[in-house]
Amino acid sequence: MKRRRALKDPRGEAALFQRRSLVGFTFIVLGLLALSGRFFYLQVMRHDEFVTRSENNRVKPKVIPPARGLIYDRNGVLLADNVPAFRLEAVPEQVPDMDAMLRQIGDVVPLDEDDIADFRKRLKQSRRFESVPLKMHLSEDDIARFAINRWRFPGVDVVPYLTRHYPYGELFAHVIGYVGRIDADDLKRLDPDRYQGTSHVGRSGIERSYEDLLHGTPGYELVEVNADGRTQRVLETHAPVPGKNLYLSIDVRIQKAAMAAFDGRAGSAVAIDPRNGQVLAMVSVPSFDPNLFVNGISSADYKALTTAPDKPLYNRALRGVYPPGSTVKPFLALGGLAYGIRRPEDTVLSTGEFCLPGASRCYRDDKRGGDGVVDMVTAIEKSTNTYFYKLALDLGIDRLSDWMGRFGFGRETGIDLDGEADGILPSRDWKMEHSRQPWYPGETIIAGIGQGYWAVTPLQLAHAVSILAGKGIPRAPRLVMATQNGVDAPKVPIPNPPTGPSLVSDPAHLDVIKRGMEAVVASGTGKKQFIGFPLVVAGKSGTAERFSRTTSAYDTNKNTAYLAARHRAWFEAFAPADDPRISVVALLEAGAWGAEAAGPIVRTVMESWLATQGDAPASAQPPAPAPTVPDTPEDLPVPADGGGAP
Amino acid sequence: MIGTVYARMRRFLRRIMTRPRIDLPLATGLFLLAMVGLVTLYSAGGGDLGLVGGQAARFVLGAALLLLISRIAPTVLRSWTPWLYAGSTALLVLVAILGEGRGAYRWLDLGFMRFQPSELLKLTMPMMVAWYLHPRQLPPSWKDMAVVGILIAIPAGLIAEQPDLGTALLVTGAGAFALFLAGVAWWRIGLLAGIAAAMVPIGWHFMHQYQRDRVLTLLNPEADPLGNGWHIIQSQIAVGSGGIFGKGWMHGTQSRLDFLPEHTTDFIFAVFSEEFGLVGVVALLALYAFIIGRCLWIAMEARDTYSRLLAGAIGMSFFVYVFVNGGMIAGMLPVVGVPLPFVSYGGTSAVSLLSGFGVLMSIHANRKMHD
Repeated sequence: MKRRRALKDPRGEAALFQRRSLVGFTFIVLGLLALSGRFFYLQVMRHDEFVTRSENNRVKPKVIPPARGLIYDRNGVLLADNVPAFRLEAVPEQVPDMDAMLRQIGDVVPLDEDDIADFRKRLKQSRRFESVPLKMHLSEDDIARFAINRWRFPGVDVVPYLTRHYPYGELFAHVIGYVGRIDADDLKRLDPDRYQGTSHVGRSGIERSYEDLLHGTPGYELVEVNADGRTQRVLETHAPVPGKNLYLSIDVRIQKAAMAAFDGRAGSAVAIDPRNGQVLAMVSVPSFDPNLFVNGISSADYKALTTAPDKPLYNRALRGVYPPGSTVKPFLALGGLAYGIRRPEDTVLSTGEFCLPGASRCYRDDKRGGDGVVDMVTAIEKSTNTYFYKLALDLGIDRLSDWMGRFGFGRETGIDLDGEADGILPSRDWKMEHSRQPWYPGETIIAGIGQGYWAVTPLQLAHAVSILAGKGIPRAPRLVMATQNGVDAPKVPIPNPPTGPSLVSDPAHLDVIKRGMEAVVASGTGKKQFIGFPLVVAGKSGTAERFSRTTSAYDTNKNTAYLAARHRAWFEAFAPADDPRISVVALLEAGAWGAEAAGPIVRTVMESWLATQGDAPASAQPPAPAPTVPDTPEDLPVPADGGGAP
Repeated sequence: MIGTVYARMRRFLRRIMTRPRIDLPLATGLFLLAMVGLVTLYSAGGGDLGLVGGQAARFVLGAALLLLISRIAPTVLRSWTPWLYAGSTALLVLVAILGEGRGAYRWLDLGFMRFQPSELLKLTMPMMVAWYLHPRQLPPSWKDMAVVGILIAIPAGLIAEQPDLGTALLVTGAGAFALFLAGVAWWRIGLLAGIAAAMVPIGWHFMHQYQRDRVLTLLNPEADPLGNGWHIIQSQIAVGSGGIFGKGWMHGTQSRLDFLPEHTTDFIFAVFSEEFGLVGVVALLALYAFIIGRCLWIAMEARDTYSRLLAGAIGMSFFVYVFVNGGMIAGMLPVVGVPLPFVSYGGTSAVSLLSGFGVLMSIHANRKMHD
């Protein structure tokens, strides 16, 4: 460095700099000459042409918004349609006094403050000769009154447009969602060129998550206008590209049957084809009419929806989190086999109580006196808590949560909808993060029966059951199975490849679990629900406590309403057991016993699905009526020492 | 203690205010340009005096800053340089953090005004490059070039990420000019230019879709008549219909009738071309050439490397503004947000440009001093 500094030559550097400056200036002059040359070309050579164009600058582009893509069910039943409506629009350039117009027009067509605020915001965003919507969905009355007064409002006109309509109303509100008017926030987010002339955008559900495909590309026409801005003739038309049509994998018949099976009781059901992850039905009860939202919901309607005690706007399938209860037992058993800590024939003696070795803490079976000696298949069939307490303890929380995580618990399933809840999969890390507490063995034990911190969404559980039914191959659930460029175009299927290799290393393991689940339906907790069903069903019930217990006493009150208020009822199943084509999960927010309350819903869904299948054998007889008190004890966890469960 | 600081500040301020160090030719050129700018803005804004008044107020603020900076000796500026560079780059990082998850975020909200840190780099970037090259032997070695490349790439990358391609271009240009003036061998420049050309497809990959669209639109404006293509078409109609002598002040129909978008900011040159014609355009470009020439003259008269490189780089980057903006409205270059200096409406640009000219004035005043 010193040496180089010594070599520094100020005189030489000054000379070098001067040469460089002169060269630089030469370049700059050349650049400015090139620019002048371009101006010469435009202003002299092409002057005449541009003068003509400037004088004829009465040719204006007029945007043609694209038609939104339609949404169908898997058989082509229309679920979201475009229907013609009328709206009021104003062309700013042609309105002599905007404020005066806005003051006066309210007397003719009623406007609320939101209309005017939205209009002003859009006004700023658009060019002066573009028409801006002022009020959507005019009534016949509005149109008639405006027609009489039209002469008073130059530049304002009634314009036809297409608006969204959901023919099935509340049946698909939570899946398809709805579109709403573009508001100020949307304007910041959306590409202004692509959304010119468009008044609505997807707000929730499929309408939102597939907005890009549904929207399409606007076209334009070049129109010649006179000095007043009235269109004289159309010079050129470039048609818009309509949005893509979507085909959902849902079958409207199954959806309908699933919804009806709830009979208004709050809950959710999800049915998935385990072979490809396609969602066959997805309901959240109660629901709402999405058509109310399309052109702006009235504040009375909105208040009614938001204050309703059973929260109809709440998507229980996607966002509701509930303890999974005994539905996790088959997964846990499979984990025991996979880790090699259980053989199918290993037995446990269930005496009605399970105590932590070396501790006074004890946990209870729900059957007084226990189930006796049980192996894996019997433990699943009878939902024997003791078996799974011990299995969970032997697995340990780390292996347990790692294994269950592979089935998608504790995270989003990746379904093609926005806003999915991720639930909670208990683990050491999760607990440390949330309560800064170490993990206690007792918590592992109750995790073994799906209680404690564990929380799942119905969709998550359905996803997990589908993995089990689909030979352990993980696949994200999918609602949209195909797109289409136009009504007559061929459908383009959207593939849904597995997200990884099979989770089951030995198919024999899966067979044991299936045998256990078949036994549940054949002779176990779910035996009343599938009598006469033509296919072999594998299932598992779950009854999770809504509130933790405060005493160790067995519940002697067998009143269904009393129990329902305390329990969440689950049932999960797939069929046919040897080659599953459908897996179903049903949840009732208030159900006395899993199998009795949620089982019939699963059966209804499976029957409606069977009816849609070409090879459907007729269902022999309706399901047996559910008894009010189960004669097979259910799967309820209770810490025997009183109030141990968090 | 406080008393002494106060007294020193007063002395400092008095020294600045009593004997301004103004280079008359440069000041005259800038004054004429500002006048042209205000006159054009009055027409482009449809006779809105408030708009013109606001712009004039910014010129006054910029001029005050120019006078202040012209009193600071280049040696002092040089000693501050690393801190100024580090500080302005740190502000860019802050902007990047605050802007997380938003579309485009370029400003820091100071409460009373919104401040755009990338503007600072237009000045601190050439300062930093000049500072680095100043003690080293010229022409710069490969190693020095690499260091300068990194010094440029960090802030330019942060600005391009905002995304603000126009400003990133200007900042990169300012640094590169200092390097060019330092005498990098021609064959090295050729080699680097070749590599840069080869990188174009990769750069294309990293561009935002809207940026790609702008380039594609330039090639075929009719393909996008509702968006950018519309800007280019209407701008060319404005320029072309101006002819040799123009339609006359306040008589440009393109902007009057709202066909021209952003006619007070990025597209104001189109209004000027329409109203004053080719004669006006050539006169305006000549005025810019004069100012740039004077800057380079001041650079050549400067006695130390730092001053020379800095003055030359400021002068040459001024050219980039004019060329990119002019090329954009004449349909030669894609639409990037670069204003026409002193003519486009907008505060930060005028103030930061005038600060740069303050540095030049200071260099001119100290041309006899030795390193």
